[in-house]
Amino acid sequence: MSNPCAVIGVGQTAYRTKRLDVSMAGLLREAARRALDDAGLTWKDIDAVVVGKAPDLFEGVMMPETFLAEALGAKGKPIMRVHTAGSVGGSTAIVAAGLIQGGVHQRVLTVAWEKQSESNATWALTVNSPFTTSLVVGAGGYFAPHIRAYMRRAGAPDHIGMLVAVKDRENALRNQYAHLKIPGISREMVESTPMLWEPIRYLETCPSSDGACAMVLASEDAAKKAPNPPAWVHGTSMRSEPMMFAGRDSVSPQGGKDAAADVYRQAGISDPRRELDCAEVYVPFSWYEPMWLENLGFCGESEGWKLTEAGATAMDGDIPWNPSGGVLSSNPIGASGMIRFAEAALQVRGQAGDHQVDGARRALGHAYGGGAQFFAMWIVGSDKP
Amino acid sequence: MPSNTGPSNTGPNHVLEFPGGYTRSVGPVIGRFLSDLRDGRLVGVRTADGRVLVPPSEYDPDTGEDVTDEFVEVGPVGTVTTWSWVPRPAKEHPLDRPFAWALIRPDGADTALLHALDLGVFEEGADPPKFLKTGMRVRPRWRAERTGGIGDIECFLPEVTLINAPTRLEYSLKGGQALGRFLEGISQGKILGHRCPVCEQVIVPMKGLCPRDGVPTTEEVELPDTGTVTTFAVNNIPDPRAPEVPFVSGYVLLDGAGLTMLTLVAGVPADQVRMGMRVKAAWRPREEWERSMGNIKWFEPIDEPDVPFEEIKDFM
Amino acid sequence: MREIAVVAFTQSHHSGEDLGLAEIEMLAPVITGIKEKTGLKQFGFTCSGSCDYLAGAPFSFVSALDAVGAWPPISESHVEMDAAWALYEAWVKLLHGEIDTALVYGFGKSSQGELRTILTQQLDPYHLAPLGIDQVSLAALQARAYMERSGAKEDDLRAVAARSRASGRDNPFALHLPEPGDGDDGGYDVAPLHPYDVAPITDGAAAIVLAAGDKARELCERPAWITGIDHRTEAHAPGVRDLTRSDATRIAGEKAGAAGVEVAELHAQFSHEELILREALGLGDDVTVNPSGGALSANPMMAAGLIRIGEAAARIHDGTASRALGHASSGPCLQQNLVCVLSGEANE
Repeated sequence: MSNPCAVIGVGQTAYRTKRLDVSMAGLLREAARRALDDAGLTWKDIDAVVVGKAPDLFEGVMMPETFLAEALGAKGKPIMRVHTAGSVGGSTAIVAAGLIQGGVHQRVLTVAWEKQSESNATWALTVNSPFTTSLVVGAGGYFAPHIRAYMRRAGAPDHIGMLVAVKDRENALRNQYAHLKIPGISREMVESTPMLWEPIRYLETCPSSDGACAMVLASEDAAKKAPNPPAWVHGTSMRSEPMMFAGRDSVSPQGGKDAAADVYRQAGISDPRRELDCAEVYVPFSWYEPMWLENLGFCGESEGWKLTEAGATAMDGDIPWNPSGGVLSSNPIGASGMIRFAEAALQVRGQAGDHQVDGARRALGHAYGGGAQFFAMWIVGSDKP
Repeated sequence: MPSNTGPSNTGPNHVLEFPGGYTRSVGPVIGRFLSDLRDGRLVGVRTADGRVLVPPSEYDPDTGEDVTDEFVEVGPVGTVTTWSWVPRPAKEHPLDRPFAWALIRPDGADTALLHALDLGVFEEGADPPKFLKTGMRVRPRWRAERTGGIGDIECFLPEVTLINAPTRLEYSLKGGQALGRFLEGISQGKILGHRCPVCEQVIVPMKGLCPRDGVPTTEEVELPDTGTVTTFAVNNIPDPRAPEVPFVSGYVLLDGAGLTMLTLVAGVPADQVRMGMRVKAAWRPREEWERSMGNIKWFEPIDEPDVPFEEIKDFM
Repeated sequence: MREIAVVAFTQSHHSGEDLGLAEIEMLAPVITGIKEKTGLKQFGFTCSGSCDYLAGAPFSFVSALDAVGAWPPISESHVEMDAAWALYEAWVKLLHGEIDTALVYGFGKSSQGELRTILTQQLDPYHLAPLGIDQVSLAALQARAYMERSGAKEDDLRAVAARSRASGRDNPFALHLPEPGDGDDGGYDVAPLHPYDVAPITDGAAAIVLAAGDKARELCERPAWITGIDHRTEAHAPGVRDLTRSDATRIAGEKAGAAGVEVAELHAQFSHEELILREALGLGDDVTVNPSGGALSANPMMAAGLIRIGEAAARIHDGTASRALGHASSGPCLQQNLVCVLSGEANE
């Protein structure tokens, strides 16, 4: 019933605080053209385009894919726009993959992007109706209490977040596209930065970036003609749950557990830590690495921080997490999920360059959004399933 | 040579000025260049080996050979190949505010033209702006009245890289019936919730439905204004609603509620807030009450023992 | 391809003014209604369409999720488009997923702001939006171009509006608008468009349930099988298009197999758009167009396209048609178009 789907092209822009050198169209085209080049295709070879991004208020253009249609070579073709909050980059890839898996198209271009510098992220994310009942706004103020709850529940020592902050920035030094590159990054350096939202320090948060990421997804027939090795989609999953309800576990949301169980089942994985070679996981605050290690079943409850502390998730660990440097190093919000998915594909294609995990054959891409309530995941592999 | 003995308060004591100005013949090549300038075009001349010289000369500066007679329209966009910054312009300078001199290679040319580059308004003495860079793309600002001189280009300007797009949309939002009822309660000093008929939990503020069970809720429950801090963050970045830092944002589980509310916790030093701490709403004076959550300033500690972690850990 | 059908359709009693309901309060009864209609509490997939700009705040779809009862966590997605495209996404998911049912919904409260000004924000931000040109003015440019090419007159547009409003008055869910000319001064909104040529500001919501194969037959006596569905876009820049034709609709119609339909529900938000769409789809005079009254009688943003598919399906469900077409549009001057062809008989 489901046709095989392959990633045959990946393209990324350089991620920067402000990409003042390009228009919105230019930003998307930079990523899209690189993906087309990687796939050995031109605009006219594409059957359909799927675009994703986070709230339109970032750029102040309502449904901007409308005006970007011709910039993406979509005239006379189908173009869609996905929006599932922070998980959107992942969801967008999954919607695009569905067009191949459902046998609707042969070659689909998918692009996710954000040009945060056109306005201000805090403003765009928290424009509030006059009727709000919350007395607090801002992502840090929302997530920091959950991190504190995790630390207490898991009995995690205070320094674990700093280990992740260092590890991901060290990885970023080997990624040509990464935004934050901090030579000599160290625990002392992280520790010396101010607490923004205790327990979150400045260097334990993600940057604000401009950037776009694109992929070309293809059917089996189309993948055969691709010049570079494909990454095959072994499973996809999305889960959502309401932000606030009685009995919700906001620290390790059920939606994340269910999405992981679903994608592992599709990929035939029972022990993700052993059977996956690496993972690109949406970690915008350093503490979310140990939290997601548990939520995604890489270890038992309250064990996540021990994996991080033992170096299991480092480049030379047994299950490298975020070899690209992750969201902590580059965060064009709407694109961040797709970057995770695309980096997972690069790993199993053996094309991750200086941050390649040796011999990676199966990898997880993960994204989440909203109040840790929207989840999107895929598993890609070097072998056709 | 003009006499120049440095700045003087009394003005120069000698002026050398040819009355009416010199008359210079420009020859065919420079003449062509200046004539085109007067028409609002930039041209260069091609050398025998194919390079385009701007401004044109009658000879190839590398070889001394005559140039060809082929003129090529270039630019008007160009690239800054190098620049200097004038923080205190002299009176002879083309601009009376800080500006840059730049060598500018017009598109299609192989050489560069020297001209002034206006980068906007700066105070006298200002440092060069960060965006002034070699490689910057610039365009000429043409004078409206041109006479056939390099000054027909008043100066160059950076290419437009950014436009400002003010947008303002006006809305008349209504909060909805459930929220309206909740705020009505708040305006009377009451905190109202709904009990879900399925999970039997009290949802506060109520939404008229249970997000978990997806069923309508109507049974109104008044909750006390006391509760327990489940977890919290100490914020060192000001928030529009909490301009002074540090402030504490916390989840408070009201007594009898099924879920927490994100709120401010105050009336206690930030470093003394604890998970499990008992708190009570701090209401503004009754005469200030409106239909707004702002009637509650924050939640503040009350003199009761902390709730053990075990009892609140499932509400995070 | 897998057999997939529209098995249920519900919509709100649309309103031309703000009734004081939050979006979610407008949506919740529609969701509750379709759950009751199908007897389903859970769906294999859920997808919605909405737009942040209508309420001027981000994440409109997040609070809407509270109306669905997303527990245990659901497989769910959202498009920042008319919910007709959410239906398309759900249709694709049913084609390949291990699921049998999907819930689709869309909602919009256009009454909260100046819709035509808000839609300016959808335009090219470098060349169009800074001019402040609004949606109605752009539509009027298209109307003029179409009339000059086709020879259609203002009376032809008025006839479309009159027929749509008459049908709308028979539709309990639509706004009940008077005969064109009654109560207005006969002047233009933006010439050549008169006020009646412009879809009314409408608040509303709608939901559809899709089901595959035997599940569809189990849930619905006469499922409306999707025999073809396709969508296409034009270029955005108005100066590079032939505004007098809807090539995107023509292609989508050909791909979806629009020929031979008896009923067509067209998402024409301006009278002249119906004429352009009829031509693009090759609909003859024998095809009943917009028996619901169409968007000219009720145009809840982000739901109106989905409603066209729902209304077309309803004609199959009640047996009054054997082949029907639903069309949805998005963007200025019919930029994006979706065509869904429904039949009482599944594809061979």
